Amino acid sequence: MTAALGKDLVGLERLSPEQIRLILDTAEPFKEVSERPIKKVPALRGKTIVNLFFEASTRTRISFEFAEKRLSADTVNVAASGSAVQKGETLVDTARNLEAMRIDMVVIRHPSSGAAEFLGNRIRSNVVNAGDGKHEHPTQALLDLLTIRDKHGKIAGLKVCLVGDVLHSRVARSNIWGLSKLGAEVGVCGPDTLMPRGIEDLGVCRFRRIEEAIEWADVLNVLRLQLERMEMGFIPSVREYYRVFGVTLERLERAPRALTIMHPGPMNRGVEIDSRVADGPHSVILDQVTNGVAVRMAVLYLLAGGRPELADAAKRGTE
Amino acid sequence: MMRPLLLKGGRVIDPSRGFDQPADVLIQDGKIAAVKAGLGAPDGAEVRDVRGQVVAPGLVDLHVHLREPGNEDVETIATGARAAAAGGFSAVCAMPNTDPVTDNQAAVGFIVRQSARAALTRVYPIGAISVGQRGERLSEFGEMVGAGAVAVSDDGRPVVSSHLMRTALEYARTFEIPVADHCEDPTLAAGGVMHEGLVSTRLGLKGIPAAAEEIMVERDILLAQLTGGHVHLCHVSTRGSVELIRRAKEQGIRVTAEVTPHHLTLTDHACETYDTHAKMNPPLREAADIAALRQGLKDGVIDCIASDHAPHAYDAKEAAFDDAPFGIIGLETAFGVAHTELVLNGVLTLPELIARMSSAPAATFRLPGGTLQPGAPADVVVLDTTTRWTVQPAVLLSKSRNTPFAGRALTGRAALTLVGGAIVHQAEAPQGP
Repeated sequence: MTAALGKDLVGLERLSPEQIRLILDTAEPFKEVSERPIKKVPALRGKTIVNLFFEASTRTRISFEFAEKRLSADTVNVAASGSAVQKGETLVDTARNLEAMRIDMVVIRHPSSGAAEFLGNRIRSNVVNAGDGKHEHPTQALLDLLTIRDKHGKIAGLKVCLVGDVLHSRVARSNIWGLSKLGAEVGVCGPDTLMPRGIEDLGVCRFRRIEEAIEWADVLNVLRLQLERMEMGFIPSVREYYRVFGVTLERLERAPRALTIMHPGPMNRGVEIDSRVADGPHSVILDQVTNGVAVRMAVLYLLAGGRPELADAAKRGTE
Repeated sequence: MMRPLLLKGGRVIDPSRGFDQPADVLIQDGKIAAVKAGLGAPDGAEVRDVRGQVVAPGLVDLHVHLREPGNEDVETIATGARAAAAGGFSAVCAMPNTDPVTDNQAAVGFIVRQSARAALTRVYPIGAISVGQRGERLSEFGEMVGAGAVAVSDDGRPVVSSHLMRTALEYARTFEIPVADHCEDPTLAAGGVMHEGLVSTRLGLKGIPAAAEEIMVERDILLAQLTGGHVHLCHVSTRGSVELIRRAKEQGIRVTAEVTPHHLTLTDHACETYDTHAKMNPPLREAADIAALRQGLKDGVIDCIASDHAPHAYDAKEAAFDDAPFGIIGLETAFGVAHTELVLNGVLTLPELIARMSSAPAATFRLPGGTLQPGAPADVVVLDTTTRWTVQPAVLLSKSRNTPFAGRALTGRAALTLVGGAIVHQAEAPQGP
């Protein structure tokens, strides 16, 4: 019953366009669940899900937890600090111990690229990647896709530019795969110090000046600049970064069209993005957060073997 | 008294003398007594029929990690020498990054004694360049050479200080030993776990650019030129390095180089499933690098093949890619991989491969062996170049199992390995098809 997506969701690189569309379409009926006074459907009743977070996360962990609870799953949160992990337990031992407790799914966030795949290959439970190192963050890209589709009514043919620290960004990698598979044109913009080698070979347009990216794009997805990057010497100062690459109101006003503004959060106001832009009329940043819950409900539902055509029925279960 | 041994009817390939013809090899008193067609067996001699097989100088590996002292759970000098014998090696050189570091005459003497006790493949110690491999102060080359060291190296770590490298090259001249360097600019390679390129970008793993190696290759060449010392470049992995070494050799600079079987055959695509058995330093590079390394090996720009045998516990490699240690084992697969991928694919002739694995490495470190010259110690390998076998980690003789070649079908292996005339390895007879 897991044929629709396979056992695990590790990344978008290995999903087909049909599978990505299936997740987005399955998310549609789940959006409405969160608008009800009683935000719960019985789709995953009796399923046990562990949220295994080896890295600090607020938004993603809470979003997953809401998605699980609104599907009636039983959930346990494990954070790295204070757990066996901090006492030197290896990832494989943690995984085996969880498996021994007969869980159904693991949602994992880990600082090492490949950790989700590693876990998925070693346990029978479904594994959902909630961000592995600099590799992928598939549910973030899926909620970005859903938000773009809501706003523009389509994805194919749109020009979407990822701005900032692509080098260290799993959000950027998942977005590049997801957007290109659904027919969007993808751009990346930032200093060369924050661009991974061979990025053009993934079929993206490369911009070294934010003005050119703004002129080209329909949508800007502004990545978070982690402040420790400056200490590591990738950029000389936050001040200069904002002056050269900041997405400011003045720059957007010179654009030929109104650009949709996205950000995966948490934002550094006045570093990568101008507050007036983040809070402005073309910002869909909070819609992204709302869609995050629906997309994650869809992913969990499909991995658990739920049939897409029954998502509507599952939703009606409590009516 | 050892019985004389007559290896009868094989194809004898001795690259040290350009010899390649059917002949018999007589071994007496631990030495090569004669190499000639139609030799009669002396009284009491054991006669072995080696028709259809190749008799060659025992293979020599300039670069292995045997983990003793310090990490005997993973490998010991005895188990490493056993694995080496099975791989057709009659001599290996053990890197000094043990615990404690092999940086003094007592530590060197320990390895010599453990090797003698094992009485298998000869294990020659390599001493550390710097005390504790800390890259600060020269260790006592003279005393280490007196105790049996054949070269010095801080392998596992690069020699960061150009001044230290210069001093090492100068000081080593007195003892006529090579200084072997692991070429890596640590500031460029910092945090890297694989080759920097499209694959590392896709996987989100931090890359090590080719320039991290090439900068140090060129620095070492310049210092060899400055000092007249002999620099040996370990596990060269990039096409740029091959070009730098080619130019240096044309200028007569004393530089030698080695390449591993895995850098000759695998690319960074092997990392795609986050398989930690594809994690080594230097990392697996690209197809164009493999092509240049193969050409360099053929031309003699790269002198020899070395395994960089690096055992690790099975559970150390059972980890996320970032967290796993670098390195793979290679003694038991080196000849099979090289023969299958290079000789059977027409890159090298069999005599060329044997040269790169026996006479050339022996000459590079000025070791005895690497020859079937009458009078030389009888370090000999009989190679079966037709049997197909599958690499099964569970039956390897090394204590460790960390090989990227698991499940790989290979053609060619050592049928018999002799060290000083004594049989140290004998393959089971091949199963008939």
